[in-house]
Amino acid sequence: MIRIDNVTKHYNGAARAALESVTLEIEKGDFVFLVGASGSGKSSLMRLMLREDVPNSGSVYVLGENLKRLPNRRVPYFRRKVGMVFQDFRLLPNKTVAQNVAFSLEVIGKSQGFIQAAVPDVLELVGLAHKAGNLPGELSGGEQQRVALARAIVNKPAILLADEPTGNLDPATSEDIMRLIERINAAGTTVVMATHDRAIVDRLQKRVVVLSHGQIISDERETGYSFTPANQNTNEDDN
Amino acid sequence: MRLGFVFGEVGQGLRRNASMVISIVLVTLVSLTFVGTALLLQLQIGQMKSYWYERAQVAVYLCTDTSPSASCPQGEASIDVQKLVEQKLKSDLISPYIDRFYFEDHKQAYDNFQKQFKGNTIAKYVTPAQLNQTFWVKLKDPTQSPIITQSFTGVAGVEEVRDQRSYLDQIFAILNAASLASIGVAALMLFSATLLISTTIRLSALSRRRELGIMRLVGASNFYIQLPFILEGVVAATIGSILASAAVWAVVHFFVRGYLATVLPFTSFVGDNQAFMVAPVLIGAGIVLAAVASGVAIRRYLKI
Ligand SMILES: Nc1ncnc2c1ncn2[C@@H]1O[C@H](COP(=O)(O)OP(=O)(O)OP(=O)(O)O)[C@@H](O)[C@H]1O
Ligand SMILES: [Mg+2]
Repeated sequence: MIRIDNVTKHYNGAARAALESVTLEIEKGDFVFLVGASGSGKSSLMRLMLREDVPNSGSVYVLGENLKRLPNRRVPYFRRKVGMVFQDFRLLPNKTVAQNVAFSLEVIGKSQGFIQAAVPDVLELVGLAHKAGNLPGELSGGEQQRVALARAIVNKPAILLADEPTGNLDPATSEDIMRLIERINAAGTTVVMATHDRAIVDRLQKRVVVLSHGQIISDERETGYSFTPANQNTNEDDN
Repeated sequence: MRLGFVFGEVGQGLRRNASMVISIVLVTLVSLTFVGTALLLQLQIGQMKSYWYERAQVAVYLCTDTSPSASCPQGEASIDVQKLVEQKLKSDLISPYIDRFYFEDHKQAYDNFQKQFKGNTIAKYVTPAQLNQTFWVKLKDPTQSPIITQSFTGVAGVEEVRDQRSYLDQIFAILNAASLASIGVAALMLFSATLLISTTIRLSALSRRRELGIMRLVGASNFYIQLPFILEGVVAATIGSILASAAVWAVVHFFVRGYLATVLPFTSFVGDNQAFMVAPVLIGAGIVLAAVASGVAIRRYLKI
C-alpha cells in the first residue's frame, strides 16, 4: 500500500536532512502512528506520501504508484485516492459545512447528483448532519475537524493521512475524533497519523513508528507511546 | 467538467477584483483601439492607392511667359514645341507604353482651375496665360513613368515633367507614418495590458489561496484549477476588445463617413464594412493576449 524505500529528504538551505535513509512499509488496512519530537520529520514523511514533495534519494510507492516517476499532470488523480487532514482543519470560512465538503467534490468534477447523495451521507457518518448549514466559524474545534475528516473521506480514499488531527483539541474531543478515525480504519481505510498525544497512542495500541532526527528508531506493532523503548531518549522535548 | 462551478468561480473572481478588472477593460480598450486605427489606416492607404494610382497621370508641362527662366529661357512654348511633344508621344518608341494622352490648352487649364478653386481668392487673380499648357499622359503601367520623365525633361519648351504619383507617395508616406505611430502606441499599451493582467491574476490567486490549497489537496486537476483564472482575464479583455471594436466603428461611422467623406467628396474612404472586418481581429487578439498572459501568470503563481 505504502512503501518508503531508503528515503532521504534534505530541504534546500537546511543544515541537516529532514529524513535520512527512512525505510517503511505499510499494509492495506494498517493503522500507524508516527511519533517523535518536534522537527523529527513526521510531516515531511507525510508530504512525501501525498506527493507534495519528492525525496532527494530513495523511492516512495503509494497505491502501486512510484511517486518519483509520477508525472505532474497525474498527481491530482493520485491525490483523489488519498485523504488528508491537518491540525488546523483548513476549511473555507465563507462556505457552510455542506458546501465545504461539496467543494472538494466539485473541483474534481463530480456530478451534482453524486454530490447531493454523498455529502449528506458523509456528514451523517461524522455526526454533523444537523450542522450542515452552519459556517465553520459557528462550530467547535472538534466539529470543524469532523468536517475536515468528512471532506477527506467523502471520495472514499484508500488511505487517510492525518497530521496531528487532535493537536488543537481538548482530550475529550480528541477521543471523539479518534473514535471516528478508528471507524474509518475499521471500514478498510489505511490510516497514517502523526501525533504528540501519548494518551491516544497508549489507548489504541496500534503500530507505532518513532522518528528521531529524521530516522526511524523504533517500529513496533500493538504498542503504546511510553512502551516504545527507544523513545526514552526523545521524549524530553515533547509537549 | 462542471461549467456552472467554473463560471461561479470566475464571477467571484471578477467581483472581488472589480477595480483591477475595470482597469484591464480600459487598457485593452485603449490599446486595441490604437491597433484598430492602425489597421484601418492601412486599409485606407491600400484603398486610396488602388484608386489614385489607377487614375494617376504623368503631366508634361509646357513653358509659359511666367515660368522660371532657368528651365524656360525662351518664354511661352511655341506651337512647334507642342507638335514635337505630340509626335514623340505617338512615336513607336514611346506609344506602346501609353494608354492614352490628351492636350490641355490655356483655356481648358483656366476652366479647370476655376472649377477646382471655386470661391478661393486665388481664382480671381490667376489668368489663363499663367497656367501651363499640359500633355496629360496615362500610362498602361503607372510604374513606368520614368520613360516619359526621361524623354521630355530638358526638352526646350518643356518646363517640367511630373508624375502625379510623386504627390500621392508623399500623402501615403504621411498616412503610413501615422499608422506606424499608432502601432507603436498600441504595442506599448498592449505591453502594459499584459502586465496588468498578470498582476490582476496573481492578486486574484492570492485572494483565493485557501481555496487553491484545498483544491490541490483534494486532487483538482491543474486545468480545473487554472481555468477560472484564465477565464477571468479573458472575460475582462473580451469586454475591452468589444468596446474597442465599437470605438473603431464609431470613428469610421461618425468621423470618417459622417465628416471626412462630406468634406472630401472625391476621396474613397473606409466604411462600416472595413470596421466590421477589423472587429474580429481585435477581439481575437484581445482573447489570445489575455489567455496567454493570465495562463502564464497563474502557472507561475502555482509553482511557488
Ligand atoms: N519547507 C521546508 N523547508 C525547509 N525546511 C523544512 C521545511 N519543512 C520542514 N523543514 C525542516 O525539516 C525538519 C522536519 O520537519 P517536520 O515538519 O517534518 O517535523 P515534524 O516532525 O512534523 O515536527 P512537528 O511535530 O513540530 O510538526 C525540521 O528541521 C524542519 O525545520
Ligand atoms: Mg509536523
